Amino acid sequence: MDYVSNTDQQLQQMLQACGTHSFEELLGTVPQAVRCRSFELPPGLTEPEALELCESLASANRSLREVVSCLGFGAYHHLIPTVVDAVASRGEWLTPYTPYQAEASQGTLQAMYEFQTMICELMQMDVANASLYDGASSLAEATVLALRTNGRMRLLVSEAVHPHYRQVVSTYLSGFPCVIQEIPSTNGVTDLESLAASLKDDVAAVVMQQPNVFGCLEPMEQASGLAHRAGALFIASVYPISLGVLKPPGAYGADIAVGEGRCLGSPVAYGGPGLGLFAVTSDLVRRMPGRLAGCTVDHAGRRGFTLTLQTREQHIRRERATSNICTNEGWLCLRATIFLSMLGPQGLKELAELNLQKAHELWSRLQDLRVMTPAFDQPFFNEFTVRYTDGHTAETVNRALLKAGVVGGLPLRPWYPALDEAALWCATESLTQPQIARMCDALRAS
Amino acid sequence: MNIPGDLRYTKTHEWAKPLEADVLIGITAHAQEELRDVVFVELPVVGAAVKRGDQAAVVESVKAAFDIYAPVSGTVTRVNSALTKSPQLVNQDCYGQGWFFAVKPDRPDEVKTLMTAEEYAKTIQAEAH
Amino acid sequence: MENPEALIFERSVPGRRGFRLPPCDGPVRPSEELVPEEHRRAEAPPLPEVSELNVVRHFTRLSQQNFSVDTHFYPLGSCTMKYNPKLNDRVAGWGGFALVHPFQPAAHVQGLLQLLHELEQLLCQITGMAAFTLQPAAGAQGELTGLKMIRAYHRLRGDDRPTILIPDSAHGTNPASAALSGFRVEQLRSGPNGLISVEELNAKLSRKVAALMLTNPNTLGLFETEILTITRLCHEQEALVYMDGANMNALLGLVKPGDMGIDILQLNLHKTFSTPHGGGGPGAGPVGVTKALADFLPTPRVRKVGRRFQWDDRSRHSIGRLHGFYGNIGVLVRAYVYIRTLGKEGLERVSRAAIINANYLLARLAGTFPVPFGTHCLHEFVASLKPLKPLGVTAWDVAKRLLDYGCYAPTVYFPLVVEEAFMVEPTETESKETLDAFAEALLRIAEEARTAPDTVRHAPRELAVDRLDEVKAAREPNLRWTPAASQAAEALVSPGNAE
Repeated sequence: MDYVSNTDQQLQQMLQACGTHSFEELLGTVPQAVRCRSFELPPGLTEPEALELCESLASANRSLREVVSCLGFGAYHHLIPTVVDAVASRGEWLTPYTPYQAEASQGTLQAMYEFQTMICELMQMDVANASLYDGASSLAEATVLALRTNGRMRLLVSEAVHPHYRQVVSTYLSGFPCVIQEIPSTNGVTDLESLAASLKDDVAAVVMQQPNVFGCLEPMEQASGLAHRAGALFIASVYPISLGVLKPPGAYGADIAVGEGRCLGSPVAYGGPGLGLFAVTSDLVRRMPGRLAGCTVDHAGRRGFTLTLQTREQHIRRERATSNICTNEGWLCLRATIFLSMLGPQGLKELAELNLQKAHELWSRLQDLRVMTPAFDQPFFNEFTVRYTDGHTAETVNRALLKAGVVGGLPLRPWYPALDEAALWCATESLTQPQIARMCDALRAS
Repeated sequence: MNIPGDLRYTKTHEWAKPLEADVLIGITAHAQEELRDVVFVELPVVGAAVKRGDQAAVVESVKAAFDIYAPVSGTVTRVNSALTKSPQLVNQDCYGQGWFFAVKPDRPDEVKTLMTAEEYAKTIQAEAH
Repeated sequence: MENPEALIFERSVPGRRGFRLPPCDGPVRPSEELVPEEHRRAEAPPLPEVSELNVVRHFTRLSQQNFSVDTHFYPLGSCTMKYNPKLNDRVAGWGGFALVHPFQPAAHVQGLLQLLHELEQLLCQITGMAAFTLQPAAGAQGELTGLKMIRAYHRLRGDDRPTILIPDSAHGTNPASAALSGFRVEQLRSGPNGLISVEELNAKLSRKVAALMLTNPNTLGLFETEILTITRLCHEQEALVYMDGANMNALLGLVKPGDMGIDILQLNLHKTFSTPHGGGGPGAGPVGVTKALADFLPTPRVRKVGRRFQWDDRSRHSIGRLHGFYGNIGVLVRAYVYIRTLGKEGLERVSRAAIINANYLLARLAGTFPVPFGTHCLHEFVASLKPLKPLGVTAWDVAKRLLDYGCYAPTVYFPLVVEEAFMVEPTETESKETLDAFAEALLRIAEEARTAPDTVRHAPRELAVDRLDEVKAAREPNLRWTPAASQAAEALVSPGNAE
């Protein structure tokens, strides 16, 4: 089955119209030596056959409708209002290209402008772009921007920033003559003394995450102050839903704010596609990577929207572009815009509060079981780190929970070996009292 | 074609005007016409050292960005900050209010090695063919 | 056509709610106790307060201002705007693929892991490469991945090679990616036939060159006939050859990059493999390599152990991670379904029909607009609209006038090597009638350029907005709405938009 509209007969007619009789004549520039000798692929399928195949693959997965998950670690399962899918799935949203021909893309461009505005409002920053690939690459691009802005060559990155994000930063910067220095944490948050001691005049930027990878709330304001006093930029990687209750990066002086925006209206989808958020203070706008939609007027004076400041981008500046990015995450931007419109300020606050409440309820109920204690004495949003006690381990606990259809907290040992028998638990608004009860029963039984 | 006789020129379409304390630099009428609407100018830092032929500034239109090269070696003494708010000055008055930056030359004679108005006019004509 | 839509913020009425949440089903603790003052948000963000109907109508009407593949012919050269099958979207949205967490145990995601593993193998079979990574989130990120592997490869050999050779016709992401990877870019001037000049290549090749980055067919839609010589010359200098696979739509079932001496290749799933562009993504840029480079691929990779699938982090020389998790899974699922649906015969038919469609259009237009390089093309061609310049009409003007004819414009001013370039890629899914209508529209516009040039120069006229002032947008960047701006804009919103 293929989607070619023309029949073989039409294709033959068209060949003749080109002045040729056989398709081979059109391949005159392709040397025989490189022609495929074999092209072994399974035969095609009709739609019903393809559906059958895909159903068998999908049913071999256990989705979050069937299991209860206490997993977070940078990917969060949040509600999505029905309207988001219903409207975003329209072909007019899903199948256009990047809006280079502005007059034929006013829908996409206006939605981008609205998205940029909402992200600025959420983060309390001056300018936001219309997305990068995901939170991790956004952070990487932020570090590139910092290095190119003040010409300094050292980055201070807290160890409490998500390890995958730090790996991506490291991969992106492998071609730069810079040093990435890790700042240790104490009691679950970045050690400010260690940070202060490392803030020499060769530091381009300080990078911290809020809430951090352990779920703890970091002293962002103090860290930001320390960075600025040393002439460094402050980069904050944040969790958008948490900004319904938590102080936004603009309020504590972040120069660049990044984050993973998939939680705003798109499903967790095994971690991708993501939605890289990127916002800056106004003085950095011309160094910002990624697309920007700007408001302007047409020749009749009507308001309209167009891509602007394009000279930063690869299609014009080529090797001197701010980034190499072209295709980004436009469809997820749209979904986020619809999501945030449906929730509004009150809805976002309530959603964040629900996360806060459910996570603290889970934490309290788990404590009561006496198989774990809090690893750190810090306030948290919807994730917390525990240490197993009394001979219990992450393996034994999670095995017992799996039998009850629950995926327990993520063991942190692979990334933080010093945190032996520690695990990261998450609760979003989707966690219910009966589910918590089920978990506690399973743990008591084991 | 507007090529003032009292200025000197480079083949990369910059003009240079020797003044008492420094040399004023901008881009020619030919350059700004090719560029069309200037939307942004990136100027050098005052005090920066520049070498003849090095990129010293960038001028941007909607669809393109072009390097502006220092016609002489020296130190940047002043920049035209009016261009930040009003980049269109480059189109409107490229030899006057649309100046880019000024350089105190290492060698005061260097500006005399640049092209005269007639020589520049010839290079533009040659380019057109 | 109507005036522009109000912004969602301009529809805001204090107290309106689009979506309600259930109350907390457990005990509610005072949140001031849970989150200390210093961490609390002082004011709610000024998001719009609108009803569900406001939202649905606003975003539905906005969508109607877009041209899209679902509604219009979209012949953007090098973008392969083919039909995006709905089947793929449906499957990717199923809970089994969309509602799984990246850290669920492998036992919970065997179906998805199997899909990813099979996709890698299918891509190997299609391209003749030995191994793939599915991690890169787009073509540009794929290029970055490839370039980092090139760097790591030479480093391991103890060789410092700072330069990448790139043809002047290359897509802008190529030099941008090279620069971002810490390489020096040296441009290769295209030969008089629009192809890489073997002499120029020979002159520039040295032991300082890490790799040649090329596109085949190139951005002019021409096959690099000398490809085997080109790759051989590079390999003799121990330079690698990177191929930008953006134009793979011309090669399916006809040529495998692996047979051309290509060492690294990135594919664009949102081009050849039909996943929707979404107004600017998501895409996916899987990277394929020869056996010699497989060790450098990003980790983790899916491995089959017995009959089970799992993630494997082990690698001696991996360049590391490019993505926060495993890549754009939702896009990968769509591409998998596409490849399985089309199968061998379907994919073979894709390139065949794409090439015939493009040549048919070329034949209809070549009499009016010169196509600089050759009488035939592969899946796309570049015409020059230079003949209209003396009439004061540019390629940009023609692109805008095409919008009035209900057709999205081809790519203009790219590649840079053709004056007033107009790059047309119809793709295989378009019908003959659509192609005929497009050709007729262009010929009519050429006529208008002669008889009524202002009609073309002031286009578009039939859309929601006329030609937009991009100079103003760049000189006075207005990148977000603010309440103060809304008062000024009120005058511009037509009464037809009120609800």
